[in-house]
Amino acid sequence: MSVIYLLIGISLLAALGFLAAFLWSIKTGQYEDDYTPGVRILFDDIKEKKTKNK
Amino acid sequence: MAEDNVNKAAEDKKEVSTDAADVKRKVEGNSAKLETFEYDNDIVRKFAIATLVFGIVGMLVGLTAALEFVFPEINAGIPYITFGRIRPLHTNAIIFAFVGNSIFTGVYYSMPRLLKTPMWSKKLSNFNFWGWQAIILAAAITLPLGFNSSKEYAELEWPIDIAIAVVWVAFGVNMFMTILNRRERHLYVAIWFYISTFLTVAMLHIVNNLELPVSAFKSYSIFAGVQDALVQWWYGHNAVAFFLTTPILGLMYYFVPKAANRPVYSYRLSIIHFWALIFIYIWAGPHHLLYTALPDWAQSLGTVFSIMLIFPSWGGMLNGLLTLRGAWDRVREDPVLKFFVVAITAYGMSTFEGPMLSTRSLNAIAHYTDWIPAHVHIGGLGWNGFMAFGMLYWLFPKMWGGKLWSTKMANAHFWIGTLGILFWALPMYWAGWTQASMWKQFTDEGILAYPNFLETVTQLAPMYGLRAIGGTLYLTGAILGVINLWKTAQKGSFIKTETAQAPALPKKYKKPKGEYWHRWIERRPVQFFILSLVAVVIGGVIEMVPTFLVKSNVPTIASVKPYTPLEIEGRDIYIREGCNNCHSQMIRPFRSEVVRYGDYSKAGEYVYDHPHLWGSKRTGPDLHRLGDKYPDSWHYRHMLDPELTSPGSIMPPYPWLFENDLDVSDTPDKIEAMQTLGVPYEEGYSQQAVNDLNRQAKEIASGLTEEGYEVAHDKEIIAMIAYLQRLGTDIKAQDQQNEE
Repeated sequence: MSVIYLLIGISLLAALGFLAAFLWSIKTGQYEDDYTPGVRILFDDIKEKKTKNK
Repeated sequence: MAEDNVNKAAEDKKEVSTDAADVKRKVEGNSAKLETFEYDNDIVRKFAIATLVFGIVGMLVGLTAALEFVFPEINAGIPYITFGRIRPLHTNAIIFAFVGNSIFTGVYYSMPRLLKTPMWSKKLSNFNFWGWQAIILAAAITLPLGFNSSKEYAELEWPIDIAIAVVWVAFGVNMFMTILNRRERHLYVAIWFYISTFLTVAMLHIVNNLELPVSAFKSYSIFAGVQDALVQWWYGHNAVAFFLTTPILGLMYYFVPKAANRPVYSYRLSIIHFWALIFIYIWAGPHHLLYTALPDWAQSLGTVFSIMLIFPSWGGMLNGLLTLRGAWDRVREDPVLKFFVVAITAYGMSTFEGPMLSTRSLNAIAHYTDWIPAHVHIGGLGWNGFMAFGMLYWLFPKMWGGKLWSTKMANAHFWIGTLGILFWALPMYWAGWTQASMWKQFTDEGILAYPNFLETVTQLAPMYGLRAIGGTLYLTGAILGVINLWKTAQKGSFIKTETAQAPALPKKYKKPKGEYWHRWIERRPVQFFILSLVAVVIGGVIEMVPTFLVKSNVPTIASVKPYTPLEIEGRDIYIREGCNNCHSQMIRPFRSEVVRYGDYSKAGEYVYDHPHLWGSKRTGPDLHRLGDKYPDSWHYRHMLDPELTSPGSIMPPYPWLFENDLDVSDTPDKIEAMQTLGVPYEEGYSQQAVNDLNRQAKEIASGLTEEGYEVAHDKEIIAMIAYLQRLGTDIKAQDQQNEE
């Protein structure tokens, strides 16, 4: 059962990593706009649609 | 005076910040240069084809396994296709080959487009592809051969484990470098899901596969018994979470809006449910071990987190389904959306069922029964399979520049597949319920109503038949899908690269020159705090864990002794044949189980079990107290042909155990490996291990001869009998001593 300390330790490391990512994402303004990201992905920025080369 | 200064400073600051904002606007606005670059469809095509090929292969193996329940004789005495060996082949093929390749297909298509940059390295992409397929090939060869570490969904042996880690890290490096080189500052929610997938799977894979190699294809888990079980299900549950769920949710957030041409229902909800999901999932593993020898508090922790999981899970499901608001009319016409809708609904159903099954009262009924495969297949066939097919039906016309070859055929696939899911799952729910009821039923006199386990197996025969029909239907649909997509590709012409344009991403923050390096962190108290905490945790883990690991090897039950060399060899055969796929070794503390199998299992009995073999399914009875229950000759006959002792049994015969000589060349190494892991054999015992092994083998063989079964002592069956007769007996010996 003592292996749970290893698992908790590693899980906490992962959790802390995600926490850091979360704080980073907030600080860099990832979530300041929660409307356009959903719409933006619908647009393709393809220049010339057909560059056919098989 | 002082006040003035403060005011002035504040004004200065304001001025500076307006300046900075101006600069930012200029850079990000008109003055930014438009760059042209190319998306590579070739790697997507490779993964897509691999998805289809391994989908069909994995389903065929699954169907074979299902048919072995109905017609045990189709096994035809071939060792390589017994259920115990092809069950891991099926699960690995579906999870890592079919779903794995479908994840890579979707990621390699969507990620460059979301980040507006090609994948960082074509070489790494190709290494990822060929490496992954090589691993699958290695799995397809080694698993039927019986090279198997016994841990569910992590059965592959150590050299392949290392290869997986290398390829996975290559994928991660490629992904992170692509993110760093992006032209879109904002990371769309799908990217977040991909990131968490990479990180968590890497962590889980490495920890659960910590094993000590004995030879090229044999290793022992460094954890034993309860510890090993806990690590395994911490992994096992999160393999479902971070391999079968988070990446697919990422794909959902890209492909469902794309296919419906509607933005996701709520971007805000997607953010919230993402962070909640990844935080809660990692703790839910112990719900696979309810009522086992795992300490209660850990079980309860698993239950609590599992119940909480319904919120983020359903957040994702609702967000996916509601994306189709106002587009439901298109679901009628577009097969892609049909697949997505059923997939997301199946996700919702299995993530409702999961928390329910994690409660003790329902788990007591459903665990070990066929209910669990039904639950898993709603997820596998419904969520993973239909997401993959929906995505491929959308991608193929896109990449081959045309229309789907036949919408009618895709619709046929959809309906046949959906029927297949129902025919698979409903009979198994029924079977699970029947099984549990029969196992637990007592007569008015207080004895088991069905004391013979076999009765509860033969009762389910029709259900197993229906399940095979369900599988056949699903496979038929998949074959239609392959034909349709193949024709679509033939009709069109492949667009190998797509040229796109986007402005370069401006560097946002310019570091002042000549600053001492540590200043950056000093400006960031929160990050500083986190980093120091990480540092502390690393130190703590490194210091404490070995101490605990060593301490854990001290047996808590004095009468529990290490296995003899012959028993270790027998145990390794048990692992090779995958017996743990149908037989548990964990008696739960219920009256029905104690009466049927014997005293409930205790944590201290497993301290030398590297790895644990608790199992998760009882197609056959529990074996933890099998030792001394029957004479050696019973096992001899039963393994030769189960029908001899148990008419109607669906267990395959194991004739090769009677022909193969027991390989003792690794026995000394095995003993030494066990010693390294802390099993207390005497110093230098490995030298006399083979002698001891032969002595015990001869005793068993001569006993069998007396009973009228002539057998050489150096055959594998002898080792197998030795192991089976040892199971759970250490504690019986103690009881007898106590009585005397």
